Amino acid sequence: MKKVQFQNRWIPYLLLLPQLSIVAVFFLWPAAEAVRASFFLEDPFGFGSTFVGFDNFIDTVSSSDYLRVTRFTVVFTFFVTFFSLGLALLLAVKADKVLHGSSAYKTLLMWVYAVAPPVAGLIGILLFDQHVGPIVDMAALVGWKMQIGVNYFDTGMAMTMVAVWKQIPVNFIFFLSGLQGISKSVQEAAAIDCRSGIRRFWTVTFPLLAPTGFFLLIINITYAFFDTFGIIDVMLKTQPGNDPITLVYKVYQDGFRGNDLGGSSAQSVILMLVVFVLTIVQFRLIERRVHYT
Amino acid sequence: MAIITLDKVRKVYAGGVEAVKGVSIDIADGEFIVLVGPSGCGKSTLLRMVAGLEEISDGEIRIGERVVNRVEPADRDIAMVFQNYALYPHMSVYDNLAYGLRNRGTAKSEIDARVKEAARILEIGDFLDRKPRQLSGGQRQRVAMGRAIVRKPAAFLFDEPLSNLDAKLRVQMRIEIKRLQEALGTTSVYVTHDQLEAMTLAHRLVVLNHGRIEQIGTPLEVYEKPASTFVAGFIGSPAMNIIPVKSKEGRLHLESGEGLDAPDGFGAEKALLGVRPEDLKVDFEGGSSDDALSLSMKVIAVEPVGAESYVHGRMSGVADDVVVRVPAKAEYAAGVSLSLKAPRDRLHIFDAANGQRLNG
Amino acid sequence: MTRLRLLDHIILLVGVLFMVTPVVLAFITSTHDAVTIYRSGLQFTLGDNFLSTYRTVLTEAGGFTKQVDGFVMLKNSLILGLGFSIGKIVISMLAAYAIVYFRFPAASFCFWVIFSTLLLPLEVRILPSYEIVQSLGLVNTYTGLIVPLIASATGTFFFRQFFKSVPEELLEAARIDGAGAWKFFIDILVPLSKTMIAAIFIIMFVYGWNQYLWPTLITSDETFFTLVRGIKQILQVWIGAQIPDYNEAMALAVLAMLPPVIVVVIFQSWFIKGLVESDK
Repeated sequence: MKKVQFQNRWIPYLLLLPQLSIVAVFFLWPAAEAVRASFFLEDPFGFGSTFVGFDNFIDTVSSSDYLRVTRFTVVFTFFVTFFSLGLALLLAVKADKVLHGSSAYKTLLMWVYAVAPPVAGLIGILLFDQHVGPIVDMAALVGWKMQIGVNYFDTGMAMTMVAVWKQIPVNFIFFLSGLQGISKSVQEAAAIDCRSGIRRFWTVTFPLLAPTGFFLLIINITYAFFDTFGIIDVMLKTQPGNDPITLVYKVYQDGFRGNDLGGSSAQSVILMLVVFVLTIVQFRLIERRVHYT
Repeated sequence: MAIITLDKVRKVYAGGVEAVKGVSIDIADGEFIVLVGPSGCGKSTLLRMVAGLEEISDGEIRIGERVVNRVEPADRDIAMVFQNYALYPHMSVYDNLAYGLRNRGTAKSEIDARVKEAARILEIGDFLDRKPRQLSGGQRQRVAMGRAIVRKPAAFLFDEPLSNLDAKLRVQMRIEIKRLQEALGTTSVYVTHDQLEAMTLAHRLVVLNHGRIEQIGTPLEVYEKPASTFVAGFIGSPAMNIIPVKSKEGRLHLESGEGLDAPDGFGAEKALLGVRPEDLKVDFEGGSSDDALSLSMKVIAVEPVGAESYVHGRMSGVADDVVVRVPAKAEYAAGVSLSLKAPRDRLHIFDAANGQRLNG
Repeated sequence: MTRLRLLDHIILLVGVLFMVTPVVLAFITSTHDAVTIYRSGLQFTLGDNFLSTYRTVLTEAGGFTKQVDGFVMLKNSLILGLGFSIGKIVISMLAAYAIVYFRFPAASFCFWVIFSTLLLPLEVRILPSYEIVQSLGLVNTYTGLIVPLIASATGTFFFRQFFKSVPEELLEAARIDGAGAWKFFIDILVPLSKTMIAAIFIIMFVYGWNQYLWPTLITSDETFFTLVRGIKQILQVWIGAQIPDYNEAMALAVLAMLPPVIVVVIFQSWFIKGLVESDK
């Protein structure tokens, strides 16, 4: 905090009032409500609710459906994170290296950031379309009959591809600015000490980039969990029981379509714990990152 | 114009750290006072308390006849020049100068006249439309000064204003500040850790250490008669040589037992003898009759600085190097023993226990 | 050396193709008529139905209730994007100013309350949020659409970080120059934050414009649909159709992405600065 500050009895509260009231009404209240509802069983006809303790949690965790969705979420998150980080790193390293046209490459590789996830999903639908999709045609050439929206594996894979495509720009931007943040003299020292460019990358550049990488890892996991909702919602053809969906999508589905308020809330609370852990890790990393540079 | 009085001023931070421990200074109208000391001595804190940027834990500060302990900085009728200039980066030079006056509701024509006048004095008239980032370090410094003088305040406060400039510019601006202060006759308090800057600018110096005043005096007083070993070591470069001595049979002796032709009579059994590098003479043909010292030193290195050279040497029983100023062309090989002399009236004797000056 | 450089360019070009091609195909598709596409697959050259397709999408009322056309959705998207970003900037600047520049008893409590919003994204508290907004009678209003999205403290943290980096001496100089809390904010801090405001505006505008889940829940009245929200609607019509309106769907997709893409590309350097710095 600042050494010199203003002192006033009511001005700071007045300044904080808008933010605090929005936080109270639209954050604290619903969050508390989600926790409360997770311990109650709502009557489907709206006649009150009964306290059931941890029953909602037990039901949720022990249902085979939930386990299946969890499994998909983990696999989906892994692939999205892995491929979007890997491809973005490759492109960032190359874009940092080329002398000509680097700003053009930068622009062309980052603008997809501005495309909304559901819009990305819609374009995905077109490319994977049963009748006209070029990717389906290409798959057919090698004898793969791709059926998006029908086949569980194919749908999940298409979603993953779209999610990767949508996330590359963010990772690219961070990696590139991380690379540009590595001091020139360190790179020059490395060039004198080490002949092999590849070895130089893994022994000098990559470790220096690691803080950015850790930070992005968390960002990407959060993205795969929450921000892919639009992609999934658009690309699903709603065949219950067979659709590859993530945990967040299931909260929405059970709460709004299935009217299972208690179960949906219990899932919310479980997710809250996951996000909580991720955020704590993220803040630790940010602190480290600041010390690192 | 105003006198400034600090009366037993203390600053205790929330953690219990006492940064300023009861400082009293009377600053005369139009006087240029320099607060000098190593970092952490409390000089900046003291200045900021005068400015109203730090609360005063205890004691009283008066500007003119008014006690300002509870007065807002803007109402104290002072102007301040900051180390990093603190120019408003988004405002033109003109607006930087005018901002304080506008906030006071000064008439537009008056503002314009005062800004133009300040710009003329500081020779920044050509830059009035520029933003601070388009200026060089020296020009920014002038703008920061301009912001102070347009206000026609009762006092100027300077917080290490020259420390961001390169050596050459620093000398130039130092002279300029001195000239300006003399021309305007505004009471000024100036903080620096650079003893040379302090010596050249001040009417009176206040040497601070660990939140206490070590000495107040004119630059020459402080140089000639440092009140303590701390002041002796801080003012003057290279620093004064400090040699531990013992008192035996009414005379002073070196640790090695060598006797000195120096009066004792200070009562202390152990003392510290101070002698400045320029007061030590290499003894070739026997010194004059009033030379008190005869020391021998083994040369380690010679530092030529152009107009003169400094010989660094070891003396038995003295922890630090002893430094002697010699003419530029003098050459001494390392390892050679030198015999040194110094006039009696150039010796400084300090209490070994508390470092306070013993001789008058 | 030159061969290596050539390889670098090839990798980058493949990357660019991977990123750009899907959108180019979407645009090309929107310039053909649906029947052509259905009969002979995706086209790779521009068709001649550009004007008619976009005119239809923009001006012809669609959806189930036949009340909403592309222009209405464009307007709603703008309201959401601008309302969200401007509201968020104003509210979070005020809050960050209080937290950084004022000493008051509840400061750290307020800070932690605001901080806690970073822990739980809207998606995990979606159901109770919906019910609360419903009970407040804010379903199908712009307030209900925009305000709950502002609850997250990302903007506040961004400005807090930035304010902390502003040199202290500026506040001190301003106080000596006679500026009070409000004057310092307006005269010094806001102008100083200009670049930061621009950067966060771009990020927030894109974020607001691209919102999907919340608008899907909170706007059932089609006159409140945004472009991004409208996509689901198109698909629902699509499912029942004999020949899906590929062209119109892609025209909508292009319209939905055009404004945020333009903003991001034009103000690229601000945007990148904001993105990279805000997460520090």
